[in-house]
Formats: sequence, C-alpha cells, structure tokens
Amino acid sequence: MFRQPFNWREFERMRRDMNRLFENSPYLPRGRAAHFPAVNVWANEQEGVIVTAELPGVSPDNLDISVTADTLNINGSRSPENLPEEAQYHRRERYCAEFSRSVQLPYSVDTSKVEASAENGTLRIILPRAEAEKPRQITVMASG
Amino acid sequence: MADELQTQKQEAEVAEGAERTRASRVYIPQVDIYSDNDNIVILADMPGVADKDIDITLDKDILTINGFISNAAEPEGYELVHDEYGVGDYRRSFTLPDEIDRDNIEASLSNGVLRVKLPKAPEAQTRKITVKAV
Repeated sequence: MFRQPFNWREFERMRRDMNRLFENSPYLPRGRAAHFPAVNVWANEQEGVIVTAELPGVSPDNLDISVTADTLNINGSRSPENLPEEAQYHRRERYCAEFSRSVQLPYSVDTSKVEASAENGTLRIILPRAEAEKPRQITVMASG
Repeated sequence: MADELQTQKQEAEVAEGAERTRASRVYIPQVDIYSDNDNIVILADMPGVADKDIDITLDKDILTINGFISNAAEPEGYELVHDEYGVGDYRRSFTLPDEIDRDNIEASLSNGVLRVKLPKAPEAQTRKITVKAV
C-alpha cells in the first residue's frame, strides 16, 4: 500500500480562498479599502510583521512608504506607458494611476528597523516587532 | 464593484482532462494591448516572475505567454494573517491577426511587467521567441 504524504497546505489554501470569497461578497457590509495593490500580511509574535504586495511596473522612485508604530502606508503611482502618436488601446486592464493603501499592523513595530525591498515587481517590507513589546515567558513560582 | 473585481488576480480554468504537471496555481495576468502603425504591443503584469522563467510560444496564430514562479517565497515561521492575493504561475493566450511579422517578435521583462512587441508585416510562420531582461 502506498502512503500519500498529508499536504496540509492545500487545506490552508482552501480555507483562505473561502475567506477571501466571503470577504468580497457584495452581500456582506465591509469597509472597502482600495484594492491596488493587493497585500498579504504575515505575522510572527516574536519576530514581527512582513507585508508583501504585488506592484509590477512600479519603480522605487514612484513609491512612498511610511510607517508609524502600528500602521503601514503605501502610496505611489503607476504611470501608463508613453504611447506613440497614432497608437490606440485595444485592451486596458492594468491599473495605471495613483494608489494609496493603509495597512493596520497586528503588532507595534520598531520603525527604525523597517526594511523594504522589491524583486520582480513584488514588494516585501519587513517590520520587526518593537523589543519592549515582545511577549516574555513568565515562570511560575511554586510554593507550598 | 466591477472595478474592485478587476484588480484581483483571476484564476485560470484548467482544461478538462489536461492537468498541469506543476503544483502551483495558474492566474490570468492582466494585460494592456495597444497598437500603432508599426507594432502591436502587449504589456502583461507578472509580478514575482524572473526573466528566465518566462516562456512565450507562437503556434500557428496563437501566442501563449507563460510565467513561472520559482519559489513561493512564504516567510518561514510566519503566519498569514491577511491575504488578498495568491502566488502562482501565469498563463494567457492570444489569437494574432494575420499581418504579424513572426520572425521579429521581441519580448522583455522589467519589474514584473512583460512587454511583447509584435511588428506588423505580412508573414505567417511558427517561431520560438526568446526573452531578454531589462
């Protein structure tokens, strides 16, 4: 008998998809944040937060990222390609305008240690958690 | 509401009976297509794809662009608390009009945007296209 390795990732993916499906449902009243760019937020209690965003075609010159203790702001613009004189569009699906997103962070972060990098159009921002805020283990003193 | 849905990545349908050999998902990249007197240009959003992972093929009159993700780049030890997009491969096909010069199709990739330039001329042949990085 062969054993299939249990792939938990697929279930995680399905769960996220279901959540995403209901988030965007027009029947649920939800605050609608601007949707460009799409961001993913990763968190680790000890380490901090990592925010990734898909920003193809946006150079660092057109990006303005600022962070406060608990909020990350990503502003910028993506300019459309300069068209030659007689050109005309057949299809226009890419968002080419100004964008502004505000991401609420799950933990307070140390703003002096925030790093951002971009690779192949994907932006990755690493926000380490503020030292004083990291959870500490508390030992229990037993007596009696 | 239509605006919101458009900026989300759309997932591609898998053809019946033709499974992919790769385990990742497939998305349809958003494109802008414009033309002037000399060329038709396709701009496709493919964030996360490196230039060596792009595959463009022209078969009869169908141009197919494929972009492959080499690593899911999920941070180790972190939990995803908010997700708006998934990471996966890209694939989209276009039917080209007859008057494309198939020998001189050029493609380049910059910042996750693939730019395919299709010069206009009366020719019709099957060719493989190489990508150069910008």
